[in-house]
Amino acid sequence: MRIVVDLNRCQGYAQCVFLAPEVFQLNGEEALVYEPNPDDGRRLQVERAAAACPVQAIVVERLAAAERSVAS
Amino acid sequence: MTVAATLAELVRDFRANGRIVIVGASLAGLRGAEALRAEGFTGPLTIIGDEPYEPYDRPPLSKQVLKGWVPADHTALPRLRALDAQWRLGVAATGLDRATKHVLLADGEQVPYDRLLIATGTRARPWPNPDEAALEGVYTLRSRDDAAGLQRALAARPSRVLVIGAGFIGSEAASVCRDLDIPVTVAERGSAPLVGALGGVIGEIAAQMQRDHGVDLRCGVGVSSLEGDAGGHVRRAHLSDGTTVAADVVLASLGSIRNVEWLEGSGLAAGFWGVGCDAGGRAFDINGVATDSVYVAGDVARAPHVLYEYQFLAMEHWDNAVLGAQAAAHNMVNLEPHYRPNLLLPGFWSGQFGVNIKSVGVPPFGDEIVFTQGSVKDRRFAAAYGRRGRIVAAVTFNHGRWLEYYGRLIQESAPFPPPPPGWDRPDDMKPMPADFPEPGVPTAVPDVVLTGHDPNERRAEFRPRR
Ligand SMILES: Cc1cc2nc3c(=O)[nH]c(=O)nc-3n(C[C@H](O)[C@H](O)[C@H](O)COP(=O)(O)OP(=O)(O)OC[C@H]3O[C@@H](n4cnc5c(N)ncnc54)[C@H](O)[C@@H]3O)c2cc1C
Ligand code: SF4
Repeated sequence: MRIVVDLNRCQGYAQCVFLAPEVFQLNGEEALVYEPNPDDGRRLQVERAAAACPVQAIVVERLAAAERSVAS
Repeated sequence: MTVAATLAELVRDFRANGRIVIVGASLAGLRGAEALRAEGFTGPLTIIGDEPYEPYDRPPLSKQVLKGWVPADHTALPRLRALDAQWRLGVAATGLDRATKHVLLADGEQVPYDRLLIATGTRARPWPNPDEAALEGVYTLRSRDDAAGLQRALAARPSRVLVIGAGFIGSEAASVCRDLDIPVTVAERGSAPLVGALGGVIGEIAAQMQRDHGVDLRCGVGVSSLEGDAGGHVRRAHLSDGTTVAADVVLASLGSIRNVEWLEGSGLAAGFWGVGCDAGGRAFDINGVATDSVYVAGDVARAPHVLYEYQFLAMEHWDNAVLGAQAAAHNMVNLEPHYRPNLLLPGFWSGQFGVNIKSVGVPPFGDEIVFTQGSVKDRRFAAAYGRRGRIVAAVTFNHGRWLEYYGRLIQESAPFPPPPPGWDRPDDMKPMPADFPEPGVPTAVPDVVLTGHDPNERRAEFRPRR
């Protein structure tokens, strides 16, 4: 699955870090880093984190892989 | 039919059958395409990108990817809706014919459009000497491939890394080197890191932060040449102060070049600072007249900003790409008076040396700075920038939660120094000169630049053709 965090919005509340520590980490006190392409097995965790983010900074992909179809 | 009804019919018809082409398949291109569909555009949509990859996110490249936590190919951007677009990836646009409304591609094909969105962004400024730039171990950092290469080089534990240019990307890379316990030298021509973007007062703090983390920081020096070994691998650098640095990985982080060359001859206001456009993303032609069919968004755009005396701003910021593309997309499928501006207050974040740096507004627009909250010693503070008695920007170090407060003050043109938020007061609240380099003093280039004509500086001369 694919995610992106709008770090302009993110205020380092770390809710996501508690809920999905393998995906979201704090580098220092406030600087959030994250895995933009976590395993599908973590979807539930990530969705919980996205829902819990007080500023709704976590954007989770809403498309199935088949619909992404990119011709190269 | 009334005129209004005819116009409404035209808009309906365009949304159903118009042909839209987007050049640049990255953040602004993707978010623009999604916004077009969200706005009800159902006509044919073509997205052209010279990179072989589908749109990916760049900020992680200099952070989690360099560190080795996240592979470079894990940065593809999430898709927010089905696009039903024709993707032309791995092929560059090489020209624009506005008379016949065609985009020319490197493979010889011509793609017709009714409306065009230019989102070609910027590229890394390469090390100026091509022979030296070609040495193995010399990198720039802009693309997924750059990041993958540099990450591999760091993982091989070089004896020393040399970072040339201490802007945001150079400073972030230096920070990662220290996280990985790799010796790193940073050479910056300006007086301190980040000085172009945040000024000398904050630059001094950034410098101290680098030194505290064991960076060998050299300011006020340039790198004059790079030297390789017999195998063509970079081994050392000669500095303008006569010293040498032995390094087997070199990152040239010298700012960026706007991808406008393909627009030569198109008659658009495209140049060194990007493509001029109005606040709604409508590109200007070479005479400064807004076009109806060509739009611009993201790093390559520069537009007048109402909060900054209508001076032109070029912003290399993530949220400017997102919001600029969304405003342009809206305007592409609507008519005046329903146009929407991209009145984004510029904002930027950076993570380095364990500190979250954020700014809002345009710091280099200000000439004074005042610490308003927190403690510099603890690397946890907020500071505001002012110009002529009003607040124009703010920066926070590990104090991001307060940014919104300052953003509001900036939008209201509140007085400078701003009223103290009354929480976490610093010891010293006296405004002082923000200490930005004089124009023309070489530093790592700031990532928001005022590119307009300042009536106080009569430097340009207009000579109409006789
Ligand atoms: C390493 C790095 C770290 C960053 N960190 C931050 C950060 O922490 N915070 C922040 O706010 N911003 C950050 N940024 C800036 C942010 O990534 C950019 O503002 C954003 O990517 C701009 O998006 P864009 O779509 O306008 O341009 P780009 O991302 O530059 O995309 C333009 C695309 O167009 C393609 N293209 C160019 N010319 C042509 C052509 N002729 N034909 C076809 N395609 C073409 C390019 O190859 C590219 O894929 C960072 C950037 C980098 C490189
Ligand atoms: S929960 Fe939201 S605001 Fe908090 S750290 Fe995570 S992304 Fe940032």
